[in-house]
Amino acid sequence: MSAVEKMTPAEARLARVTLPEGFGPQRRAALERLTAMGLPGRRDEYWRWTNPTDFIAPEPVAAAPFVDDEPELFGEIDRLKIVFRDGVFDAEASDDLTMSGVEILRLAEAGDVNWASSLYGTLEANGQKPVVRPFAALNTASATDGVLIRVTGKAEKPVSLIYTHESEASDPILHHLVKLEEGAEITVLENGPAGARFNKLMEVDVAKGARFHHIRVQGRDHELRAVTGIFARVAEESLFKSFTLTSNGVLTRNECVIDIVGDDANAHVAGAALGDGKTGAFHHDDTIFITHDAERCESRQVFKKVLKNGAQGVFQGKILVKPGAQKTDGYQISQSLLLDEDSQFLAKPELEIYADDVQCSHGSTTGAIDETALFYLRSRGVPVEEATALLVLSFVADAIEEIEEERFRDAILTRLEGWLSRHRG
Amino acid sequence: MLEIKNLHVKLEEEDKQILKGVNLTVEAGKVHAIMGPNGSGKSTLSYVLSGRDGYEVTEGEAELDGMDLLEAEPEERAAAGLFLAFQYPVEIPGVGNMTFLRTALNAQRKARGEEEISAGDFLKLVREKAKSLKIDADMLKRPVNVGFSGGEKKRNEILQMALLEPKMCILDETDSGLDVDAMRLVAEGVNALRDEKRSFLVITHYQRLLDHIKPDVVHIMADGRIIETGGPELALEVEKNGYADLLAKHGISEVMA
Ligand SMILES: Nc1ncnc2c1ncn2[C@@H]1O[C@H](COP(=O)(O)OP(=O)(O)OP(=O)(O)O)[C@@H](O)[C@H]1O
Ligand SMILES: [Mg+2]
Repeated sequence: MSAVEKMTPAEARLARVTLPEGFGPQRRAALERLTAMGLPGRRDEYWRWTNPTDFIAPEPVAAAPFVDDEPELFGEIDRLKIVFRDGVFDAEASDDLTMSGVEILRLAEAGDVNWASSLYGTLEANGQKPVVRPFAALNTASATDGVLIRVTGKAEKPVSLIYTHESEASDPILHHLVKLEEGAEITVLENGPAGARFNKLMEVDVAKGARFHHIRVQGRDHELRAVTGIFARVAEESLFKSFTLTSNGVLTRNECVIDIVGDDANAHVAGAALGDGKTGAFHHDDTIFITHDAERCESRQVFKKVLKNGAQGVFQGKILVKPGAQKTDGYQISQSLLLDEDSQFLAKPELEIYADDVQCSHGSTTGAIDETALFYLRSRGVPVEEATALLVLSFVADAIEEIEEERFRDAILTRLEGWLSRHRG
Repeated sequence: MLEIKNLHVKLEEEDKQILKGVNLTVEAGKVHAIMGPNGSGKSTLSYVLSGRDGYEVTEGEAELDGMDLLEAEPEERAAAGLFLAFQYPVEIPGVGNMTFLRTALNAQRKARGEEEISAGDFLKLVREKAKSLKIDADMLKRPVNVGFSGGEKKRNEILQMALLEPKMCILDETDSGLDVDAMRLVAEGVNALRDEKRSFLVITHYQRLLDHIKPDVVHIMADGRIIETGGPELALEVEKNGYADLLAKHGISEVMA
């Protein structure tokens, strides 16, 4: 037997890690972190409910690209488009990367830009404590491309990252940086399945008084496997907002690690996930960690999952309030709507509080369609399937309300309605 | 219009008989009122007629203009022209009242093979109907019944009825929780819809509503049956004397009522 054959999948995967050019020291440090922590197994506390095997395997499981005939998402919104096909930047399909108040570079071409060098891998490294996040370290070490966005003013329009999946065995790793300088504001949109297997990271540094909005639509592709991370640092009086709509996808793990480091800041993360086991396995995991390390800050986690035909949902959300983080207002809710008895939702809400003058609440519920509401709608002539779809919309409404701008809420609702109409009965 | 014969209903989950042989015929264009002690089965009758789950019909039948109601889905009954104004209207967070109303109207039109109403026509129609019920724009924008006061919820029921233009309207205690002015508005809303082709079954505890909506026939329900039928004077009698004598006459103890 050769040495390669004796390796475990995790060892084989680690052995294959290559460090692309640029950000050399940061990538080497990430590889060291990764080697020290190792890739996760089912015994790891935060991987008990989500099997990491497919993320670890040296080769991705082949996945057929998803052909959809829906109108383009955010199609009616004026935005700066940046397109990646199977993780490869497509200059032709992308807009010119210039916009007032914003500097946009590509990771693959940036060299060692000063502001990016001090951010690349930094928030990810910070976010490795107290819980390790090996796929994020893997990403920092080996990401082949991504966008580096530095916002100095109010961005003229949203930056829209569009991913497409065309090759059956694509395995892209993208790493984005978003740095908002004092008082800056930007909306970053993301959508599309990016490959057969996708590892994506976004580090977001929100300076004093800045406002960051993130709206992401992932999934689409039934066979997609994705592990993603958002690592954010939120300074005083600033706002961080991130919303994710997930529909379809065999296996998705979305991690979000937010450090609130300045007083009077707000951080809101929300997500709606829709899974129908009939069109392929569906396992969706949101793992959130919000640290309050400043006074009078508010954080909110609002996660909704709609599951049917054996779909599985996981929520692991934590609020950590550090000593001195007085007047913290932390809120967390995770809810699932099970449309049948085969589906499953597992939730682990955690609070850890070391300050005395704080207000934190968390709740988690699992429920079925409200029969009384269903009857009410039907008694008005709405057919049972349409009534069910309306009640699903009702269920996810709180999460969608977390999106500040109506035009984005509307775009998300249209997508949601499209999914519901394709997954009736 | 509505013909109920010997209707027996028990709970699906429990062995509890609730309706014990209801006979009731409502002719086209007529207003019938049902009064009766708490727990006598009035709401159950309205739910069974509109198709709510959880009840089992053990005997009897119910027809709407010759259509077998009991076999049909709730949405089919609605499309056939049956409407129930709920005793406790349901809140649906996250679904705008307008969306709800338009969805319902279009679903019924579709079921009847009619064209969907255009957004513009719909808006005009809703505004007009809402105005006469003093329902403001804000209530139309808000999620269905969420944060509505008791009276607002009831007016919203009547708004739905006015929009959907059903031929058989069942009103389950639409007057409860209404102040004097709202009661008048609701009654006016109902009276505006009265015509020779539309019938009403008005469930109420109080004569007061019947001052505004003059019934043709009044029924008294007790212990899962219609025990007495008469004209408007029957309601006045109940208002004055309560149910005790009537119950005694039919050998029903007050506990069973
Ligand atoms: N789902 C149910 N489960 C248990 N009991 C029920 C159910 N539905 C009805 N009942 C019982 O059936 C009886 C009739 O109830 P119903 O609500 O029809 O009365 P009602 O005449 O409308 O009373 P009210 O005047 O108080 O509104 C009551 O004893 C009630 O408790
Ligand atoms: Mg009742």
